[in-house]
Amino acid sequence: MIKAIPKPMEEIIDYVKDFNKLLIAGCDGCVTVCEAGGLKEAKILASALRLYFTQGGRQAQVDDTSLTRQCEKEYLLQLSDRIDQYDAVVSIACGVGIQHMAEIYDKKIVFPGVDTCFMGVNEERGVYSERCQACGRCILAETGGICPIARCSKRMLNGPCGGSDKGKCEISKDVPCGWELIYERLKTLGQLERFETPVVPKDWTTSRDGGPRKIVREDLRI
Amino acid sequence: MSAETPSKLQKMINAGHYAVTSEVGPPRSADGNVIEHKAKMIGPYVDAINVTDNQTSVCRLCSLASCIRIKLLGLEPVLQMVTRDRNRIALQSDILGAASFGINNMLCLTGDHQQFGDHASCANVFDLDSTQLAMCVRMMRDEGKLLGGHQFEVRPQMFIGAAANPFAGPNVGMRVARLAKKVAAGVQFIQTQCIYNMETMKTFMKMVVDRGLHEKVSILAGITPMKNVGMAKYMQKRVPGMDVPDEIVKRIGGVPKEKQAEEGINLAVDQIEELKEVAGIRGFHIMAIEWEEKVPEIVERIGLYPRPKLAD
Repeated sequence: MIKAIPKPMEEIIDYVKDFNKLLIAGCDGCVTVCEAGGLKEAKILASALRLYFTQGGRQAQVDDTSLTRQCEKEYLLQLSDRIDQYDAVVSIACGVGIQHMAEIYDKKIVFPGVDTCFMGVNEERGVYSERCQACGRCILAETGGICPIARCSKRMLNGPCGGSDKGKCEISKDVPCGWELIYERLKTLGQLERFETPVVPKDWTTSRDGGPRKIVREDLRI
Repeated sequence: MSAETPSKLQKMINAGHYAVTSEVGPPRSADGNVIEHKAKMIGPYVDAINVTDNQTSVCRLCSLASCIRIKLLGLEPVLQMVTRDRNRIALQSDILGAASFGINNMLCLTGDHQQFGDHASCANVFDLDSTQLAMCVRMMRDEGKLLGGHQFEVRPQMFIGAAANPFAGPNVGMRVARLAKKVAAGVQFIQTQCIYNMETMKTFMKMVVDRGLHEKVSILAGITPMKNVGMAKYMQKRVPGMDVPDEIVKRIGGVPKEKQAEEGINLAVDQIEELKEVAGIRGFHIMAIEWEEKVPEIVERIGLYPRPKLAD
């Protein structure tokens, strides 16, 4: 799922300090799971902003809500009858949801309340790590189910480099070497021959290098 | 060994001599005289001179321009190229440019991550990796073709090199497998990471020889003399992929400060003499970091000077 972290409070205050009516909009999807932008976080952020305004002797209205998914128009439209009463919205959905909010309500000021980080897994509560960079052409069948594009700091397809040390990446002792993981997994699977076969240069056109991406599934269109 | 090229380094190896290479690091300025001064100092003592490509991600005068300067001095450069900073268009363009000046050796590297350098906040490229760069050079040389498919007439005549690090533990077998992969990609010579752990190097070489890889690729053993005990400790603790056993630190630290540089040279000479006994090693790559003036002494003391004359 998409992983995000809350923005520092000072940064959000700096965005909203001159407004009087604010809506904090959470999302019940990915950002709820990583506890950065769900209903609970919307309520906490709204309370904190109310406290900020009160302490400054200001009368400001800060409401909170959460939508099923901000990346879908039908859920965003649920705000259509009340969005006009707000000066601005702080969306704490991922970057996709924030942009979709701004797109649907194109005259409304929308601020980001989280930093969207990556697509990853929950290692444990409060610990999330990256797994996929959405390159658009999956190679996991060749790499023992572990992605070198996401897991190698140099996104090497023929790793590991000479900088890995005791199974850790050269950039940090806290980062496992993705290619060490791949090698060990291929060994477990009895597929080490894959490790010795040079992988040709990748076609990155389906990755972000190819420009903004779009999927059109004719089989699904109505 | 695959394709013959005009490379003097390749000819030296093929003639059965131990090859000797060294490296120069370009300056962090536009002063090309630094390159020429260093190259002239070591030139008569080595078969080829590597030029590093923004090593440790620190921005320097470019490797290609430095190699051209060395070539124009009548010496033999090895163009080091990392894939960190340039995509396949830029890499191939530089290879064609290098070949147009008669540069015949390349070392294909991925490069250190930029977080170690002086521009830690930069974007990286890594469109290709080192293995893919080697495949690319082989295709340009042997098929006269760019990765994009364009066919051309005048081909780069490159002797293709790469690095290997037997010490990036814990799995020596994985490092041998990766060497095999680079050989399959077209790599003809290897310059290893600096060797300090002789036992690991011997284990690595035994596995290489057992698989017959030493007959497909010429392995030059990497040697870096230690200037003092501080450098030994730094390399032991701080440099990724480096394995400096305690006894090395003790040996350098065991002599008075003013004698440590001399002991560092003694150690390098002893290491090379020991490596001469190891099957499969075809030469030595002496990386005297900002200490190039010591290369002549080392080459003389290991009995590899004067360099053999090659028949034209």
